[in-house]
Amino acid sequence: MRAVEATYEKVTNKTFPKGPDMLASGHRACQGCGEVLALRLLLKALGTEFIAVSATGCMEVCTGPFPQSAWRMPWIHVAFENAAAVASGVEAATQVLRRKGRGYDQRIPVIAIAGDGGTADIGLQALSGALERYHENFIYVCLDNEAYMNTGIQRSSETPFMASTTTSPVGSKSKGPYTWKKDMPAIAAAHHIPYVATATPAFHLDLMNKVRRAAAIEGPAYIHVYSPCPTGWRMKPELAVEICRLAVSTRIFPLYEVLDGRYQISRKVDNPTSIADYFKVQGRFRHLKEADIAVITERVNADYQRLVELTEKFPVDAPQ
Amino acid sequence: MAKPIGMEVSLAVAEAVKLANTDVVAAYPITPQTHIVEHLSELVADGELDAAYIPVESEHSAMSSCIGSSAAGARTFTATSSQGLALMNEMIYIAPILRVPIVLAIANRALSAPINIWNDHSDIMSVRDAGWICLFAENGQEALDLTLISFRIAEDPKVSLPVSMNIDGFTLSHFIEPILIPEQAEVDKFLPPFKPNLQLDIKNPISIGLLGGPECYTESRKAADDVLWNSKPQITKAFDEFNKVFGRQYHVVETYRHEDAETIILLMGSIAETAMTAVDEMREAGQKVGVVRLRLWRPFPEEEVLAAVSKAKNLAVIDRHAVLGCSSGPVGLEVKSLLLNSNLKPNTSNYILGLGGRDVTRDDFKYIFEKAGSGQVQTRCEFVGVYE
Amino acid sequence: MTKPTIDALAKVGDLPLGFTAKPGSTMDFKTGDWRSVKPVLDKEKCIYCGFCYFYCPDGVYKDMGKDEKYYQADYDYCKGCGICAHECPKKAITMVLEEV
Repeated sequence: MRAVEATYEKVTNKTFPKGPDMLASGHRACQGCGEVLALRLLLKALGTEFIAVSATGCMEVCTGPFPQSAWRMPWIHVAFENAAAVASGVEAATQVLRRKGRGYDQRIPVIAIAGDGGTADIGLQALSGALERYHENFIYVCLDNEAYMNTGIQRSSETPFMASTTTSPVGSKSKGPYTWKKDMPAIAAAHHIPYVATATPAFHLDLMNKVRRAAAIEGPAYIHVYSPCPTGWRMKPELAVEICRLAVSTRIFPLYEVLDGRYQISRKVDNPTSIADYFKVQGRFRHLKEADIAVITERVNADYQRLVELTEKFPVDAPQ
Repeated sequence: MAKPIGMEVSLAVAEAVKLANTDVVAAYPITPQTHIVEHLSELVADGELDAAYIPVESEHSAMSSCIGSSAAGARTFTATSSQGLALMNEMIYIAPILRVPIVLAIANRALSAPINIWNDHSDIMSVRDAGWICLFAENGQEALDLTLISFRIAEDPKVSLPVSMNIDGFTLSHFIEPILIPEQAEVDKFLPPFKPNLQLDIKNPISIGLLGGPECYTESRKAADDVLWNSKPQITKAFDEFNKVFGRQYHVVETYRHEDAETIILLMGSIAETAMTAVDEMREAGQKVGVVRLRLWRPFPEEEVLAAVSKAKNLAVIDRHAVLGCSSGPVGLEVKSLLLNSNLKPNTSNYILGLGGRDVTRDDFKYIFEKAGSGQVQTRCEFVGVYE
Repeated sequence: MTKPTIDALAKVGDLPLGFTAKPGSTMDFKTGDWRSVKPVLDKEKCIYCGFCYFYCPDGVYKDMGKDEKYYQADYDYCKGCGICAHECPKKAITMVLEEV
């Protein structure tokens, strides 16, 4: 089945599922955590009948301190780098047992959830294996807060250019990391899986519908979620949702989908807002000078332009 | 009555996994284990085994997938060797605490460096403290039988632990031996369908794999220690039940001509057959020698070991793994510490041999019997046959 | 000989098999006392848009229904992050300093 043909019930503000959250309150996420907000929303989108697998990280630690758990669906955490592999095993087991008539009466989506470190760095191999093996009911979500926040804000390969972290600090000889974010959605798409998407919790319906589409597709899906971390980004907690909107409106984090290898921008940004507004509310970018911002702006616009070209060259509505 | 057929031992292990109606196999190729999973993937491809075969991208992911699949309620198997087991290390320590009854066949092979594909026990010994039940097979029949028994022990509701079934790489895994292949009906009688103790169940959700702080970590480790020690009666019960169905009785510790032996060699794995041949030859020459073999390594069968060596004057403990910077290999350490708190005081020395595929011969054992038989005690382990 | 004092959650024998937990049991842990400011709703200004509910990272807002037409924060769990007040399109939510 092609991803573009997958059918699912669309979430709107009116049809927003109002039942109990699948992630219970009482979890220990920081005040204003954009990552746990993204997690709450994406789990809500999946209904009640699915299995979740977590990688070690903030979301795992703050939701599962023995003897408590915030998860209301069957949930397993094993280690840091292997959420995709654990989910592979769970998915295979549900399929076999269903086939043999020993449980899992219907198709059970298995969702693996990891941070940017657990996805783009230490978990990349396991993820690549899982995507390439083409597990049918497999959704992988990267909750990207752009550094190793659980261990105290260390640089990851998803840390943006010049964002100060505790292992890429600003010093008299350095303005932080001189490296650009690893393009994980592109890496995922290179596995020729049916569905890749980017999302962010400020666009909650967009995020939830992408998760629903991922669950409806037979084949692996990858969703990369921009997830603000007020603690690590040195930002006021109440700005966690607004910063997501700024990331999109400045083109820093474009929202798009790759369906069956064809590109579709979810929110076109013809006239980007000022990138300086995005940087000035975050302490991790406090040291940026105008010239630095100009360098970043040029790169951000070039990346966005490349994305636009992909949508023109490989449009979703073209005959396949 | 079934007739034995000539079969490569690795294939016999795979046949046992098939007879067990295994649901999920997640594996990565590594010498000398590969023939096991090659044959399993053939059985799946031919429809002889209705299982999911996950061709994972590493052993780390193999064990990760196995943990996931076992937690989802599937009968789960994997196999590995050496560096593969080392790469699994992190997962090996997690599986027993999550109580997932995975069966792991290990074709034992030396650890790098230097890189070496041949047999010794350094791979399993590096994870001996992880909380798994560890069994060692001596020959092909035992490898097949212990694979079936491993599932039964692992999935026993009173156990619910992962089990490693060890066979010596190449010197056992690649040998063609006469092996009795059990009938499916017999296996079904011995091995009931897997009913998981805990499961990722949609109707009755649980959370597995929680954070355990200082206020509960100690208790979690003690609980894991308790459950491993308490598994021994269930292990012997599985051996007895196996005998009832198949007429082959196994014990956690096996002995050979040990009753009146003055000098005993204690060891594990396939070299026991060579040692027994040496014993026969030395007995003919009038020397009182015998062999004690551990089939069960974890939990360590303390009473059975003490009973088996109780009459020996001299005891030579064999290790196929050197614990660097320590006076003994792992088996040596275990036996010496056991004897220290017992009233038995045999002259005990530890011998390291057969590392990285170095041949272990009757002459090696004769040398050890004679050296140990002299009553001389060596405080440091001796590397037998080392050229220096 | 005095045994050292024990600061443990559960006895060894009482630990659940596999070190598991019941679903949603973090509800036993009230995070409300993390808060220094709390959201207070002016129902007159509220248009029942639901943004406070959608955007709450801690899921503390409850839909009071079509008759009441507002969302109520559960102060047992609200950590006082202020996202709801910031996102409210009508500025109907004010963050008020907690009395100590």
